Amino acid sequence: MYRYDQYDHQMLADRIAQFRNQTERFLKGELAGPEFLPLRLQNGLYVQRLAPMLRIAIPYGMLSSTQLRKLAFIADHYDKGYGHFTTRQNIQFNWPALGDVPDILAHLAEVEMHAIQTSGNCIRNTTTDQFAGCAVNEIEDSRPYCEIIRQWSTFHPEFAYLPRKFKIAVCGTQDDQAATQVHDIGLFIVRNEAGEPGFRVLVGGGLGRTPVVGKEIRAFLPKEHLLTYLDAILRVYNREGRRDNKYKARIKILVKETGVDEFRDKVEKEWLALKDGPLTLTDAEFQRCKSFFHDPDYKSLPDTSPALEKALSSDVLFASWYYQNVNAHKKPGYSIVTVCLKKTGFAPGDITTEQMNFMADVADRFSFGELRVSHEQNLILADVEKESLYTLWQALKSEDLNADNLGLLTDIICCPGGDFCSLANAKSIPIAESIQRRFNDPAVLRDVGKLSLNISGCMNACGHHHVGNIGILGVDKKGAEFYQVSLGGSVENQTALGQIVGPSFAQEEVPEVIEKIVSVYTSKRQPGERFLDTFNRIGIEPFKEVVYAKAD
Amino acid sequence: MPKLIRNGAIVDDQWVLVRDTVEQAELLASATNNLIVPLSYWLEHRESLRQRSGKTGVWLESNEVPAALGDDWRALDLIALNFPVFSDGRAYSSARELRLNLGYKGELRAIGDVLRDQLFYMSRCGFDAFSMRADQNLEIALGAFKDFTDGYQASVDKPVPLFRRRS
Repeated sequence: MYRYDQYDHQMLADRIAQFRNQTERFLKGELAGPEFLPLRLQNGLYVQRLAPMLRIAIPYGMLSSTQLRKLAFIADHYDKGYGHFTTRQNIQFNWPALGDVPDILAHLAEVEMHAIQTSGNCIRNTTTDQFAGCAVNEIEDSRPYCEIIRQWSTFHPEFAYLPRKFKIAVCGTQDDQAATQVHDIGLFIVRNEAGEPGFRVLVGGGLGRTPVVGKEIRAFLPKEHLLTYLDAILRVYNREGRRDNKYKARIKILVKETGVDEFRDKVEKEWLALKDGPLTLTDAEFQRCKSFFHDPDYKSLPDTSPALEKALSSDVLFASWYYQNVNAHKKPGYSIVTVCLKKTGFAPGDITTEQMNFMADVADRFSFGELRVSHEQNLILADVEKESLYTLWQALKSEDLNADNLGLLTDIICCPGGDFCSLANAKSIPIAESIQRRFNDPAVLRDVGKLSLNISGCMNACGHHHVGNIGILGVDKKGAEFYQVSLGGSVENQTALGQIVGPSFAQEEVPEVIEKIVSVYTSKRQPGERFLDTFNRIGIEPFKEVVYAKAD
Repeated sequence: MPKLIRNGAIVDDQWVLVRDTVEQAELLASATNNLIVPLSYWLEHRESLRQRSGKTGVWLESNEVPAALGDDWRALDLIALNFPVFSDGRAYSSARELRLNLGYKGELRAIGDVLRDQLFYMSRCGFDAFSMRADQNLEIALGAFKDFTDGYQASVDKPVPLFRRRS
């Protein structure tokens, strides 16, 4: 993992002192609310329905066990004993007191964490594939580049008051798990004909009110030009992005209204002035950043494990978890384990203090003391020996963390919704739970197979509903909460936006509607087809017919 | 005389900002005042303004780009960039463009909704003078320049990014 040096520590200390001073002036009435607003947002602090909400950055999802223990400490001392992982690989606390926040930030700084730019109209936490560095057939580990972007974007003096928020994702794996194409900037690590790494650059992707898949503005950007090119894109956006209407202020609208070719020309023109300047990356900096993400001390192991084989044949519950939650690792004898935080009865992505401390211990024992957070709001142990998988599973089981529904219909991506969020039109957590309860038979779930179901409580789309195979959006209909359902979304390499199935449904109707949609799939599927494949083959009509059929 | 912050110190403002050219026709007729005029007025009356004994500067609205000055920036003693509201960040880009791309060396002044908590980033982007909103305490605002001891990026105050300076 990246480790801070004296510069990083000093800037973080400066930031906390700055925010402490700003908070004091606000509480004394010396700083007006509207002027404090962007300052607190850029320190991760929202004022929510019930209390302030603090969003803490987990840069590109990487967490050490020490950091997770600190988060547990904060949950215990300043909150109500739990936290919530977000689709931006961050963690949120819903109950801190405003005056405590500078102290919380000081605790976080001790473990090289912060809440900088997790909100506000600035460059947000850069995200990536949760399997980076361990995935099979990876083109290149994205994390050193993410760290380079993190530093460039942190306290960037030119881009702290953008028209709107700005999100960047980097993908270096073959199978994109980072939803890279629905980011303001999506960077795919590619190699040119000479085998040198660089970036394929997409701009103008995003979800929210107007979902758009990003468009390519450069097929190959040599890696040393990464930051000058990002500066150029951001400058064009900062200058020309709309500021008259916050719903049209994201870069996707600018790219759409300008046209991608003209937008590209503007960026290239800006870039010419910056290219080869001091911001051009050096080999020394690439090497420095890469040095933090070297392989841990892997053992030389055979790829087969007697303990694993034995457990798989003797314990069906373990086998079920193994086949669902364990992925192949680049290193023989190792596996990537995803701990699914989607057990029915728990809000998706929530984690208690006890579970945090437990997961920190488990990471120390089984996975070199490191964890990752995925945008699907799950926790990953990326480097587990196959020989230890059964022992690990037994430990997870003892803490109720052995949910074996990863990638299945009940592994729901879900925002906090109307229970917590002041932006929401409707609740989302109870919807997730009602669907999980309806699909409570593991055999049925497994038969339905890979299916992503995403829920957002409003069109801001924090729950990524546009790109769920099934998407659910909370809408307000004359003061009542209703739910619009869309089908066919995907964030895989072929990213697609869902199509709305028709008029929205009342809360109590949702589980049955989902059941009907799934029944169309199971009755029409051909051998080997996943839900998305069947949808893409037969289209939305057969689903509409069943969902809106009048009862006889 | 009104005060402003220039190069980290509180000084008298020797310039008069002409916000509205219709109402301030009298001011514009004076030969000795140092005037900061709107871009459109400058483009139209450049020659007559140059014949005055007082100096002339130009201010740009946040939607006006430095390129609109053509080459005129070379001869200007002062360029001001307006913040209609502090959260409008366009002038940060104009400032960096003037300093880093064009190499403008004269006074670069922030005007409008200029508040204490934005001064540090403004100074990093190349502003060296700050005509603060009337309710701001200039003594307190001076503290803003010490908010951070360093920054990651290449910018006007530190043209070499941190990654080339780390030791």
